[in-house]
Amino acid sequence: MFQIDCPWCGPRDQSEFAYAGEGGIKRPEDPSALTDAEWADYLFMRQNPRGRHHEQWRHVHGCGQFFDVVRQTVTYRIESVDLPGRPALANASGEVR
Amino acid sequence: MKNRYSIFSLARNALSHHEKWDRAWRSPEPQPAYDVIIIGAGGHGLATAYYLAKEHGITNVAVVEKGWLGGGNTARNTTIVRSNYLYDESAHLFEKSLKLWEGLSQELNYNVMFSQRGVYNLGHTLQEMRDIHRRVNANRLNGIDSEVVDARQIKQEVPIINTSPDARYPILGASLQRRAGTARHDGVAWGYARAADARGVDIIENCEVTNILRDGGRVTGVETTRGTIKAKKVGIVVAGHSGVLADMAGFRLPVESHPLQALVSEPVKPVLDTVIMSNAVHGYISQSDKGELVIGAGIDSYNGYGQRGSFNIIEETIAAIKEMFPMFSRMRMLRHWGGIVDTTPDATPIIGKTPVDNLFINCGWGTGGFKATPGSGWVFAHTLATGEPHPINAPFSLDRYTTGYLVDEHGAAGVAH
Repeated sequence: MFQIDCPWCGPRDQSEFAYAGEGGIKRPEDPSALTDAEWADYLFMRQNPRGRHHEQWRHVHGCGQFFDVVRQTVTYRIESVDLPGRPALANASGEVR
Repeated sequence: MKNRYSIFSLARNALSHHEKWDRAWRSPEPQPAYDVIIIGAGGHGLATAYYLAKEHGITNVAVVEKGWLGGGNTARNTTIVRSNYLYDESAHLFEKSLKLWEGLSQELNYNVMFSQRGVYNLGHTLQEMRDIHRRVNANRLNGIDSEVVDARQIKQEVPIINTSPDARYPILGASLQRRAGTARHDGVAWGYARAADARGVDIIENCEVTNILRDGGRVTGVETTRGTIKAKKVGIVVAGHSGVLADMAGFRLPVESHPLQALVSEPVKPVLDTVIMSNAVHGYISQSDKGELVIGAGIDSYNGYGQRGSFNIIEETIAAIKEMFPMFSRMRMLRHWGGIVDTTPDATPIIGKTPVDNLFINCGWGTGGFKATPGSGWVFAHTLATGEPHPINAPFSLDRYTTGYLVDEHGAAGVAH
């Protein structure tokens, strides 16, 4: 149980949001040029770290916007929230596990 | 087995006030090298070790465990066992497992309290009932006992259930597998541990793997908190932490780890003699032999390793249980916990080779691994012993995500396992 600080609406209960998977995954520029293994890597393979995780959330019961979050997957503590495409990973310091 | 459990050993030990029972398994120091190392002493890992020794004669085996034996998801599930999966691949795997369950207590000389009390998977909409008919027919073609029951029959067999058409999600019918049921989760781990130990397997607790050693694309052993252990082959069977171990070995998995919660009530007199599951309202419930209601919830949507989940998930589950069983509305819940489940994109496990030679993985059981414990160990032991998957687990390879041959049980088996 935790709160998420929506960049548009402010802090709200996590149950207002929908988890939208790992963040920062870029769709390949030219999918048809990829091998099957590269395509599978894009489509299915995930980081799934025990520690700091860059992920996306959507405020489904609010503004409906997607945004990026950096969150600890053991303590569930949120380190930062940022607009999509501007992952705050760069601001987060130190290796935390 | 040196100390066989029987009515006579019980009587003999009663004379000494049950103070002279031998330890059920040893606690050995790790040897410098083994033929096979299995990472993770949960049900699946211990079953793998047991079948390696029994079916393949490989006894120079260590099972290393970071905590204590059976302390992860083996101790955190809701103990449901069934095999009525839709697709042939899953049906064969889970039915193999169910057949092993049926003789397990005798085979291990350990009472795993396997109780074939039946499992009902409820349908609340016409579409769900159509899916149930389809799945039941598929099951019967695969030789798995399965039947469709209507609401009237459910009410006859489970009188406390609310089959009123006025319910928010009325119960229209169910699929029923009478050979399905529950088992004592800890007993399964203990039984396999004892039987594997008796055949010479070393079970090494409090020994966390910190690195997987490789040499030229081939696994050579593991580094642990109790020193380096060499091995010819290594099997990863660590459920929720599969991604962490894969990261150590330098490959990626299509796995995401989520919290999954369950809870039990105060014990009451026998009131529910079967297992009821509902995917639509997402709750599942049975009554343990102690009398507690055992209730399972859904996973939290986000990734998490915290072994705890969100309160709103519990609230939704309890609401669903109350809707199905109004008489439970004043039951008090005593304990609540979470485990970490490793979910895959097609809700189907990965059992087979990895990109590293002689390193094998058994993971991705998501919310439904307990029922598969014997079968999972049996096929994984074959894979470790021969280096190749058994025909039963061949479809569950990691490279199915590249070939596109997914076993998509998501809609079919439902989210509740």
